[in-house]
Amino acid sequence: MSPRDEVLTRRPDDGARQPRWAPYLFVGPAGLLFLAFSLLPIVIAITLSFQDTATLGDGEWVGAANYETMLGDPLLRTALLNTLVFTVGTVPTAMAIGLALAVALNRPLPGRGLLRALFFVPMIAAGVVVGVIMSWIFNPDYGVANNALAALGLSGLPWLTSPNTAMFTLIAVVVWTRIGFCMVIYLGALQSIPAELREAAAIDGASGWQRLRRLTVPMLAPTTSILLILNVVFSLQSFDVIYVMTGGGPGFSTTVLIQYVFRSAFADARMGYAAALGLLLVLILLVFTLLRQRATKRAEELL
Amino acid sequence: MTVPNTRARVARPARPTPPLRERHARRRRWLLTAVLTAVAIVVVFPLYWMIVSALTPGGQSQSSEFYLWPDAPTINNFTEVFATQPVWQWLGNSAFVASVGTALSVCVSLGAGYALAKYRFRGRGLLYAAFLVTIMIPIQVTLVPAFLVTARLGLVDSPWAVILPTLFDVVGIFIARQFMLGVPDALIEAARLDGAGELRTFFRVVLPTCWPLVGVLVILGFMNRWNDFLWPLVVLQGNESLTVPVGLSTLTNNPAFSSPWGAVMAVATVAVVPLLVVFLVFQRTFVQGIASTGIK
Repeated sequence: MSPRDEVLTRRPDDGARQPRWAPYLFVGPAGLLFLAFSLLPIVIAITLSFQDTATLGDGEWVGAANYETMLGDPLLRTALLNTLVFTVGTVPTAMAIGLALAVALNRPLPGRGLLRALFFVPMIAAGVVVGVIMSWIFNPDYGVANNALAALGLSGLPWLTSPNTAMFTLIAVVVWTRIGFCMVIYLGALQSIPAELREAAAIDGASGWQRLRRLTVPMLAPTTSILLILNVVFSLQSFDVIYVMTGGGPGFSTTVLIQYVFRSAFADARMGYAAALGLLLVLILLVFTLLRQRATKRAEELL
Repeated sequence: MTVPNTRARVARPARPTPPLRERHARRRRWLLTAVLTAVAIVVVFPLYWMIVSALTPGGQSQSSEFYLWPDAPTINNFTEVFATQPVWQWLGNSAFVASVGTALSVCVSLGAGYALAKYRFRGRGLLYAAFLVTIMIPIQVTLVPAFLVTARLGLVDSPWAVILPTLFDVVGIFIARQFMLGVPDALIEAARLDGAGELRTFFRVVLPTCWPLVGVLVILGFMNRWNDFLWPLVVLQGNESLTVPVGLSTLTNNPAFSSPWGAVMAVATVAVVPLLVVFLVFQRTFVQGIASTGIK
């Protein structure tokens, strides 16, 4: 049977007439890259976490020693606490500001397009660029932040040089990079809420604030849930800005988990321990995802 | 349609002042615009300050005087850093890594997206699920092993060490698949009935409907690669082989400069400007691309 006959005799929705190799040809490159640079590293990470390995060469099997070290490691406890503070400080703040901007810019305003573009611009700057700019602005001696305070007759702040303030400065900087993203996603979602709904609520006498609380925010719940996951993942992986601005210091006051993994692997040459730390993070992410699913289910049941 | 409207407007006598409620609403709108403008100034200020500092001579920037524009703007910071550091080399490396990496990665994503959207084959569900799970695997986990794999391949310090491990882009594959689901099956069937082979169908029939998708993938891929830091920092070592972000990070404590900040801001400006231009020209595609990464 020639291919043409095959085409003519097939049933209408019979997918079998395409050559068998075709899909594998198209998905093949992605599959191979996935095996080499995603799956293989994960397998190696698990193996490494049971080894004591310096930079190169084969490691020594040490059983669960790396995991035991983690339990009694005070630096790890500091890093986890810092990660928590950093994540809780950045995620809700960026989302709230992003939502406020989106709601404000979703109505007709003079210069709306320009304002949207301006809020979005920080998104495109590399983390390192953001890091160096902000280090310079918050420089204790010559930074414009302290110079402006001095011009107002106020004394300067130790933005990045004191363990008490460095984390807050970093959080503010990361929020600055994040609000444009949150705004864009919220704007997209707001535009899909039918205008009639808001008008109906307004006719029923709902005030602006009531409409926001009772109508807009609940309608945006799916978007909020997506943004929450993305922002938590972003925050857990924030490396550039912290690396450039504080390098994890002063002391360990801004060392978050990713910083600690990097340090263990490439400064302390403890590859095995670094791999174990990375797997701990996967566990944290997994628990977070499950808890969030639980919470969503609970909320649905309550409604 | 417009005629009765105009008539109505003409028929009604023009009111000298709008009713109180409307005036109130208008005032609130201007107030909101003023607040938003103030916030926008704060948001844009750091980038403005980067450019100002790049143009400020060392003497003025190393003082505790408050200024918003240098007394004597200069391009000395640029000439000095380009003369003493391999900035052109860094730019070349970044351009190579970002363009070659994006081109290859977009091809991989388009192929995978097409197969996952338009073919039924054994293992498709499992493969797609496995791809998606990698979104949840943070870079911390794969950082060390991926470095070991790259080192074994003898690629450390080569641009390919930066390119290869980032070619597999789950988000790109995801966006491609979502888009390709919208390509009508009838179009593909028609091409097949006309006797076009599978590759020909893809390149001549499917791909031409996908240019918006390609635009989004190219812009996102290029931006992420141009800005990437952690992975290049790990696999690149010699000063000559660095990308712009890694090179920039070495400048802040480079002993070659008595006051590094002018040089740092000059290189930072050079790093941001290409993306800024792309953003201004392709703003719509850009924002759409960013937004599509969030719609999962």
